[in-house]
Amino acid sequence: MDRGKTETASPADALPVVVEVKNVTREFRDGRGNGVAALDNVSLSVRQGEFVSLIGPSGCGKTSLLRLIAGLDAPQAGEILADGEPVTGTSYERGYVFQQANLFPWETVEENIAFGLKARGVYTEHRADVAEYLVMAGLKGFERAYPHQISGGMAQRAALVRSLINRPRVLLLDEPMGALDSFTRMDLQEKLLELWQSFGTTMILVTHDIDEAVYLSGRVVIMTPRPGRISEIIGIGSPFPRNRGSAVFVELRNRVLKKFHLAGAEPPAEYAI
Amino acid sequence: MFLERQRNNGNNGNNGNNGNNGNNGTKTLILLPVFAFLLPLAGSFLLPAARPFDETPYRTLVGFGVLYAAGGCVLSFFSERVRAAVLFRSCFLAAAGIALFVWDILSTRTGVFPLPFFPGPVQIAEVAWFDRAELWRSTLYSLRLFSYGFVSGTILGVGTGILIGWYGEWRYWLSPVMRLCGIIPAVAWIPFGMAVFPSSFITGVFIIAICSWFPVALATANGFASIRRSHFEAARILGASDGFALRHVAIPAAVPSIFTGISAATGLSFCTLVVSEMVGAEAGLGWYINWAKGWSVYSKVYAAIIVMAVLFSAILALIGFVRGRLLVWHEGR
Ligand SMILES: Nc1ncnc2c1ncn2[C@@H]1O[C@H](COP(=O)(O)OP(=O)(O)OP(=O)(O)O)[C@@H](O)[C@H]1O
Ligand SMILES: [Mg+2]
Repeated sequence: MDRGKTETASPADALPVVVEVKNVTREFRDGRGNGVAALDNVSLSVRQGEFVSLIGPSGCGKTSLLRLIAGLDAPQAGEILADGEPVTGTSYERGYVFQQANLFPWETVEENIAFGLKARGVYTEHRADVAEYLVMAGLKGFERAYPHQISGGMAQRAALVRSLINRPRVLLLDEPMGALDSFTRMDLQEKLLELWQSFGTTMILVTHDIDEAVYLSGRVVIMTPRPGRISEIIGIGSPFPRNRGSAVFVELRNRVLKKFHLAGAEPPAEYAI
Repeated sequence: MFLERQRNNGNNGNNGNNGNNGNNGTKTLILLPVFAFLLPLAGSFLLPAARPFDETPYRTLVGFGVLYAAGGCVLSFFSERVRAAVLFRSCFLAAAGIALFVWDILSTRTGVFPLPFFPGPVQIAEVAWFDRAELWRSTLYSLRLFSYGFVSGTILGVGTGILIGWYGEWRYWLSPVMRLCGIIPAVAWIPFGMAVFPSSFITGVFIIAICSWFPVALATANGFASIRRSHFEAARILGASDGFALRHVAIPAAVPSIFTGISAATGLSFCTLVVSEMVGAEAGLGWYINWAKGWSVYSKVYAAIIVMAVLFSAILALIGFVRGRLLVWHEGR
């Protein structure tokens, strides 16, 4: 496995493309029966081990795009390839972390984490992984707890390792930190980076938070709504670990913010001074 | 809560009635049921009876009440938890003892309540003891009928609910049939059952099975319908097949609904059980009531009703226990 620890996170062109979105269009019907293009002719390719963030105002089709890549939904036009194969349905090779942790409330934390192994029928061989991933999520001692007994941050960490235990090629994250307070969020960002670096899993992260996107990813994809399109892709070349206070970081963040404005989008409220 | 507060008041010495020592107040409260049950016992020994009965069964029963209350007092010395429970119950138990005493006075002692419709507790206890073999047999018979009918009805109900909730084709064909047949009160099937089945017992099982089947099936199907879609999506993405998702997502998620259906079914089944035993059965508590009424022995009717209350409460408690075990994860929602 390639571990892009401290080199630049910009795509090494030699690495294979893991996810390829080709001219994808997805329309929904609104309440009155009119077609709304959630995604209009969107193309994007993501290479192995990359960390890509999708950022854009509410309703620009980020979730729609992620669901299409996951195979939870199908496009009206265009094509999505995963490892060169057309996506026709879900696969454990494309993990998904939901905005709400979405743990199964009737299972303990341990059972939730083991779900993927059991579902795939490989639990007996990989039984030992469960304890390892529990520790990785910082949930030692909470094996027997039910989801309603743990905090939102803990639940989100559990959801993260629940997806990772299947060793997916790509992990799709739909605002997994949206519902968390800023300290818990930073904590989870560190965890995510740590897991990304140790597994080399390709990550596609949807976020509202420009800082988060700049802090974590190699490329930031800016989207615009109505119809949902990709307006800009910005490469973030800084090495890890990144310093949120450094001049380079602030410069990059302002660049993204400016593109955001140019793209005609209102920046998220937290950036409006 | 209320009792808790009362106890604290006592501890602060604010409670004038209990004197200045809070512990005295607690002690009085704990001992209250013992005295309350000694009251009817004393009544039985000291007051003359307007109607002569064998009072031994009644005295024994009340004696058990005294022992139960006293046992609670003794145990509450050793465990804080038991003490809290005893304190919580004590007012109610005391009221029960006093009510028993008043009932006894108004019936057996003074004859204010007219016979044969309003017998006293002495008479009911006497009759119940005298007829214990028949009552016991009837109780077992009812229990057996109920278990067979209710268990098979519940299993069928869960099965139907799963078919309707999980498979579109089954939903199409089965759901209207279920809704149409289910709303018919099960007892309407009694004539049909008696004509078709070889014995009244099997008819009873059939009737009770039908009446518990519908609420369970309906609640199970509704439970399936209201499962969050994102749970299924998560399961699919984690690699679950349809069968695995059914077993590990749909069914566990529907268990709270299934138990809602089971609760509804229990009440209906009790009712159907008694009605079905009243028509055409040869044994059971419902039959016993009918038979006693035929002889105008109303004390036996009351005895059977009291046995029913105990039996049905025990069944409800058992179901509640199972539910609590299965739904630990559902707590605090
Ligand atoms: N199932 C659906 N039915 C109808 N319209 C939908 C559906 N899903 C999405 N849409 C529409 O598609 C557009 C894009 O939605 P999407 O959820 O992808 O946005 P998003 O970028 O994820 O927004 P947010 O940041 O608020 O989550 C929206 O206009 C939305 O109303
Ligand atoms: Mg979204």
